[in-house]
Amino acid sequence: MSLKVVIPTPLRKYTNGADSVEVEAATVQDVLNSLDSKYPGFRASICDESGSLRRFINIYINGEDVRFLENLATPVTDGAEVAIVPAISGG
Amino acid sequence: MGFVKALKCRECGREYPVKLLAGCEECFGPLEVDYDYDAIARVLTRDVIASRPKSIWKYRELLPLESEPVVGLSTGATPLVRANRLGRKLGIDNLYLKNDGVNSPTLSFKDRVSAVAINKALEFKLEAVGCASTGNLANSVAANAAAAGLQSFILIPDNLEHSKVAATSIYGARLIPVKGNYDAVNRLCSQIVDRYPWGFVNVNLRPFYAEGSKTMGYEIAEQLGWRAPNAIVIPMAGGSLIGKVYKGIKELQKIGLLKDSTACRLYGAQAAGCNPIIDAVKRGTREIRPVKPNTIAKSLAIGNPADGYYAAGLIPESGGWAEDATDPEIVEGIQLLAETEGIFTETAGGVTIAVTKKLLQQGRIKSDDLTVLALTGNGLKTLDALPLETPQAIEPKLAAFEEALGGIYHVA
Repeated sequence: MSLKVVIPTPLRKYTNGADSVEVEAATVQDVLNSLDSKYPGFRASICDESGSLRRFINIYINGEDVRFLENLATPVTDGAEVAIVPAISGG
Repeated sequence: MGFVKALKCRECGREYPVKLLAGCEECFGPLEVDYDYDAIARVLTRDVIASRPKSIWKYRELLPLESEPVVGLSTGATPLVRANRLGRKLGIDNLYLKNDGVNSPTLSFKDRVSAVAINKALEFKLEAVGCASTGNLANSVAANAAAAGLQSFILIPDNLEHSKVAATSIYGARLIPVKGNYDAVNRLCSQIVDRYPWGFVNVNLRPFYAEGSKTMGYEIAEQLGWRAPNAIVIPMAGGSLIGKVYKGIKELQKIGLLKDSTACRLYGAQAAGCNPIIDAVKRGTREIRPVKPNTIAKSLAIGNPADGYYAAGLIPESGGWAEDATDPEIVEGIQLLAETEGIFTETAGGVTIAVTKKLLQQGRIKSDDLTVLALTGNGLKTLDALPLETPQAIEPKLAAFEEALGGIYHVA
């Protein structure tokens, strides 16, 4: 599956400044692995030692938070947009 | 005049100089403003504070501005009302209401955070500001931006109360409703800030913005005669206010302004239709499970609260607890407050009243605890949530009046 990943500013230091990247992947986990092989260090910057997503990072597939789906095991379909977005406050 | 040392990541401790920044660039943790408290303690005394005009700027050494504020000069200094009639109904002897429903300029506690953020935007010489909002912040940012002569971009969920929408666009703000809930709006704002050189108060101005909430804690303590209450009940959306009120009280202790060391217990209130922080507290964890909000308390409808992790830790640590209220209980809370104290609060305040009732019933708050309830917004903004009917008009005749009352009325 080919899909687009939206990269937030703090992570563009890994992607040579690119704000979005095309990857081949079947699940969110694959997306992260594929990004990490292209851009070493990417995965460790958004996942903790146990491999889970860091607390203040959200990943959305076509606008839906993966925590409402199957977290990193969530399957991704061809043409999906994956957005990595740091958590922000509000009210 | 500034006493800020640095921005410091709450997670990994990494420090950053003062700049526009949404979060830690290493671990994405939120940034906290760190001050030189020794220097503040040397200049900020109870007398100095008492001598200043009544506004949040009385405590300006504890706020993250480098120069004199130019907008929001009358923000804060809201009444702390002794509430004997409501107290009797709830079974509590020593009850006070912190009424931010009469805050300036836009009748909610968000005037505190927006005043700090917009002044900071002026210091950074930004051309435009914006925010994601559930309504109250939208009103306040639009108003303060107008007063500062800044263009504003305000993004809101497309289901907000009509009055909150109107009370934003009137200031000339570019108001953009977004299909979806607050969490979707927030995500979009985060991406806007990545592309445009603007200051979004709850995104890249967040470390400064959030500090404004501390002033509610300072005021409560000062109004109680420089003492902390035994208990404070605070409504929670993103979970920032409760932590900042606590930080404010701790700071006053640190710089020696409090007269005793009363331990203040924090009680968090959410709507049952959006209760991820309450859920975490009750499960005994800080890990938040996001929810999809469904409640009339739209100002609290944040399903993925950014500061929930900290609020869920702080509440039990302080010896407090957390409860939620259903929509009918929220309306009942609004009515009870209005009928006993003559204060019309918005849905978030209804949540606070309803939750306080439960906490007393559960014995979590005792009848002799000096208790403060945070009323964060004004009821006129959430009329949509209330089952209000305009009574039938009568002929201007005494007989018609008496008929309308169902006979001659005897004042009880």
